[in-house]
Amino acid sequence: MTISKPLPHDAAFLHVTGRARYVDDIPVPGNCLHLAFGLSTMACGQITSVDLEPVRSADGVVSVITATDLPFANDVSPSAHDEPLLSDGRVHYVGQPLFLVLATSHDAARRAARLAKVDYIVHPAILTIDDALAHNSRFEDGPRVYSRGDVDYALPKAMHQVSGQFEIGGQEHFYLESQAALAIPQEDDGMLIHSSTQHPTEIQHKVADALGVGMHAVRVETRRMGGGFGGKESQGNALAVACAVGAKLTGRPCKMRYDRDDDMMITGKRHEFRITYTAGFDGDGRLTAVDFVHYTRAGWAQDLTLPVADRAMLHADNAYFVPHMRIVSHRLKTNTQSATAFRGFGGPQGMIGMERVMDHIAHSLGQDPAEIRKRNYYVAASEPKAMHQTTHYGMQVDDFNLHELTDDLLSRANYTARRKAVEEWNANNAIIKRGIAFAPVKFGISFTLTHLNQAGALVHVYQDGSIHLNHGGTEMGQGLFQKVAQVAAHKFGTSMDVIKITATDTAKVPNTSATAASSGSDLNGMAVKDACAKIKRRMSEFLANQFGKDVEDVQFVNNEVHIGRRVLTFKKAAQLCYEGRVSLSATGFYKTPDVAWDRIRGQGRPFFYFAYGASVTEVAIDTLTGENRILRTDILHDTGASLNPALDIGQIQGAYVQGCGWLTSEELVWDDRGRLRTHAPSTYKIPAIADRPDIFNVDLWGKENPMMTIYRSKAVGEPPFMLGISALMAINHAVSSCGPAYHHLDAPATPERVLSAVERVRNGV
Amino acid sequence: MATVPRRVNHMNISFLLNGENVDLCNVHPTTTLLNFLRETRGLCGTKEGCNEGDCGACTVVVLDQDNVRALNACILFLPQLAGKAVRTVEGIAPIDAPSPIQNAMVDLHGSQCGFCTPGFITSMTAAVINGDCDHDTTLAGNLCRCTGYQPIFDAAQVAQNMPIPDWVEADRQALVACAGKERTVAQPGSSDALASLLIERPDTRIIAGATDIGLWVTKHFRDLGHVAFLNQAHDLAEINACEDYWHIGAMVTIESLRIWACQEIPAFADLLRRYASTQIRMAATIGGNIANGSPIGDGPPALIALGTQLVLRCGDARRILPLEEYFIDYGNQDLQPSEFVEAIRIPKAENTLRCYKLSKRFDQDISAVLGCFNIGVHEGKITSAVIAFGGMAGIPKRATHVEHALIGQAWNIDTVSTCTAEWDKDFAPLSDMRASAAYRQNAARNMLIRYFHDISGGIVTQVHEVSL
Repeated sequence: MTISKPLPHDAAFLHVTGRARYVDDIPVPGNCLHLAFGLSTMACGQITSVDLEPVRSADGVVSVITATDLPFANDVSPSAHDEPLLSDGRVHYVGQPLFLVLATSHDAARRAARLAKVDYIVHPAILTIDDALAHNSRFEDGPRVYSRGDVDYALPKAMHQVSGQFEIGGQEHFYLESQAALAIPQEDDGMLIHSSTQHPTEIQHKVADALGVGMHAVRVETRRMGGGFGGKESQGNALAVACAVGAKLTGRPCKMRYDRDDDMMITGKRHEFRITYTAGFDGDGRLTAVDFVHYTRAGWAQDLTLPVADRAMLHADNAYFVPHMRIVSHRLKTNTQSATAFRGFGGPQGMIGMERVMDHIAHSLGQDPAEIRKRNYYVAASEPKAMHQTTHYGMQVDDFNLHELTDDLLSRANYTARRKAVEEWNANNAIIKRGIAFAPVKFGISFTLTHLNQAGALVHVYQDGSIHLNHGGTEMGQGLFQKVAQVAAHKFGTSMDVIKITATDTAKVPNTSATAASSGSDLNGMAVKDACAKIKRRMSEFLANQFGKDVEDVQFVNNEVHIGRRVLTFKKAAQLCYEGRVSLSATGFYKTPDVAWDRIRGQGRPFFYFAYGASVTEVAIDTLTGENRILRTDILHDTGASLNPALDIGQIQGAYVQGCGWLTSEELVWDDRGRLRTHAPSTYKIPAIADRPDIFNVDLWGKENPMMTIYRSKAVGEPPFMLGISALMAINHAVSSCGPAYHHLDAPATPERVLSAVERVRNGV
Repeated sequence: MATVPRRVNHMNISFLLNGENVDLCNVHPTTTLLNFLRETRGLCGTKEGCNEGDCGACTVVVLDQDNVRALNACILFLPQLAGKAVRTVEGIAPIDAPSPIQNAMVDLHGSQCGFCTPGFITSMTAAVINGDCDHDTTLAGNLCRCTGYQPIFDAAQVAQNMPIPDWVEADRQALVACAGKERTVAQPGSSDALASLLIERPDTRIIAGATDIGLWVTKHFRDLGHVAFLNQAHDLAEINACEDYWHIGAMVTIESLRIWACQEIPAFADLLRRYASTQIRMAATIGGNIANGSPIGDGPPALIALGTQLVLRCGDARRILPLEEYFIDYGNQDLQPSEFVEAIRIPKAENTLRCYKLSKRFDQDISAVLGCFNIGVHEGKITSAVIAFGGMAGIPKRATHVEHALIGQAWNIDTVSTCTAEWDKDFAPLSDMRASAAYRQNAARNMLIRYFHDISGGIVTQVHEVSL
């Protein structure tokens, strides 16, 4: 049994010995060129002249490419064809690539890229949500609206109301390996690309368009990324296309990796949101109606903004049934980096809006927010199906397990007693205040763009009994390759060493979806299982026939194949099958059943199922400086019947800390000229080791997914990110202890914002 | 003053790399170890994560007879390695016999994407050799975006008592065998030699730990011209007890200073623990921290609050001035051509120093505001007050109006809460990406209240004092 074993990451020994190879580590031929972009220094305008002579004459420069030199498509957009690789003369943000330098070294390319003399006619830049609203600068014609019931009718009739507005900052991915690509020209117009990407097929597609060839001429290989988090879903396109075009024009291999500052200046980040809310509720805090407005700052190009903003709307209910609900979503276009996918894909922003409402209701009623949350939960899966409720987008919630999970977690965390202890502390301590909060997560699993919910696999059994495994998913640290290998080993009844995990390769499995939406093991695990089943069936039929038994008598266990009472090693079985001319190679395929979604109407079943989890976080804040710290965290998270509990716990711990970073220390700051001022780790602060909770208890719920997923497991990549919301809610609790007024704390809760909230609460405003 | 054209001086360098001799001729002096490892030697285990010494993915172990240090290879110039031994992740254990650290990281799932992992392995290795089990401190300079750190911390704990690897002794013996090759004219062997060099070549750019100057090269592509490295000037790295002051040489690293301060001035040591990261502290020097004149360097405000004096040397002449007088204006220090920071003198006088650093992240961040307080109280009255701030002006600056307002007053909460107007006379801070002017001003005032409670005792004043 390899399923459900807590095996280490497949490359763990390579990681710890420095032998794991990333794109920049691949040995390249000596004539390889190194690329760097020259970047815009203006946020909005028209280029009037570019003097590239100083760039061309700089040491080591071989060529400089501008938009007019591009042979075919000047487009690296994943969606709306609105993102040129190199500026067409218009400039949309500070950091936009204007021209491409090809040089003999990475350093030479970077140095030269700064030497151009560019003149602009500068136009007024639209930088903020307020700027965009004032100029009606947006994607789509107007706001998108999803609603259920009649909010305008129900809100005024509510016994109580709260309303408010708050800001939620964006987030830099800060994958430790910055974006990188390598293009090696092949014979007959072929191009081999090594890319640090979550989406090899899209890289293949964009490179083919840029080279004016079919996708069949481009092969993209991705062995691993040094972190992705959504930041490598579309943002690698520019580097791969640049390398391919450079390689095409010079006939030499081309490599590009962004220096960290360039990476942060050029690439997109998590969408910044402003959320306004008005919520109506009864005396027990039960919601009757909620009216949300989402304002999202999307940056200059559409990228993935529409599905991100949609997902925010789809998670505006989080775990709560709201009879009357409306979400109005504005997707605002600004002269800043184009915001992109980031773990949770809008879900966190949508969810935090509702969690803020819960917090505000509890505050206004003077009740424990955990109780208010539980009262508003969807009906439990254990209740008769007829009682199950639907979401505001019309999907019935049939698997809701948070009632049970919440009670279990609150008891493990000793929540009630600790909340009392916190209140006692706060009564006795003037400067340091503590706060504790519980928050649940319900996260929809599937791509909302239904056709993406498919995957392919390619499995070979060689005549020596070794197995070559390939599928469309990419490895960015999440352990997908290991989980899928566990599936293959399980199917063939072999040990893990029999399985060779290989790089994602568009020439092996075509037309793949991005490894995104937490779907990696759900989709690719199933596709691999399908491929393995085909081969196993062929082997079983042959061997049964050979030894005069039925197919049902053939069993694959312990590196052996049992045919009735006869036992062969797997190796011997493979050899016999080969000699018996049995095909030992198969493709596998999977498509998620039952999903159907109309994003314009906001109706349907966008998700196959929901992943659930909950957390309790306790914090301390300093009311003199606003400094804050997480003291203890308890998490109970539902990954179904885990394929690999160790990897799942790793995902949960990492996602939680990343979520806390988003909401506390990670602050993106742009100046009034649209320049990102936090473009390096010296100014942009992701959590460091001592920022993890002092006490950090993470447990798996451990019950099977009622839906037919791969061995009844559940997706785990994104859902636990939102467990970090409990940290912000705990800070809210601590701030609330300073006075009667509601705090209106924005995120990230930097010391400055916390101190300001404390003072507002104290001054009653 | 003779004007000699600033021209880079190529250098010959010898060091040990994973146990092998490396002899390089005519090397550009600002070649970083990271680029050398990856591009010249094909040792790609050492990663570039940020190229500015903030993420730790490029951490290597550097040892000599006296020290074992974890350093960031991305801002470490090859001449700084002269006469030292370097161990990269490839060189800390044979592939077929991983070290207990490597095994623990595998067994406890300490790697996910793996990109930061080699840096963690090397940092942990240096910590084990140094017998340092404070993992939150030794690993504060290694960022991981995947794991949330818990399994890494657990692995560090599991492996902390492993035996010291054999190569430590082997490298040290090998260094003895090749000693003497390291010194070139651009690596003065003493303060005297440096003084002469600077008289001869006033245009020389002197490089100590390169934790700041490294970025001039990797991020700003500055040509440093004629350079000299101070890492062979051992007499500049001494700490000596004199009659009424401590003499701290300019080349004393922040980490050595911290270790010294643990005994002598614990409040200063607490601050220095938050000075950048272990990797940076093991390279950066107190002389460099002062000489670069940063308004947000963490050393000067505390040293000013302690009444520290600065020793500047030009040729054979020395002058001594109160540290605060060195900082004239933003980017402008009282330093003459051919003159250099030789040492500081910290008075041995009793102090009641407390240092409060505010930043978005507790560890390894640059101060938004750093307040250092040293207030003397006798029989309930304030008798002396030295208050110095970083981040509140273009230079490290004393709150002189506040100091004057406090002296002679009763030591109570009303006194410390009511000198609001004086703060505005002392400081008009800027708004930037770290904090707004209003927050800085507000937090600075509140720090005095914290200081009062801190000194008076009986009340918890910092979130890091809370534990469950």
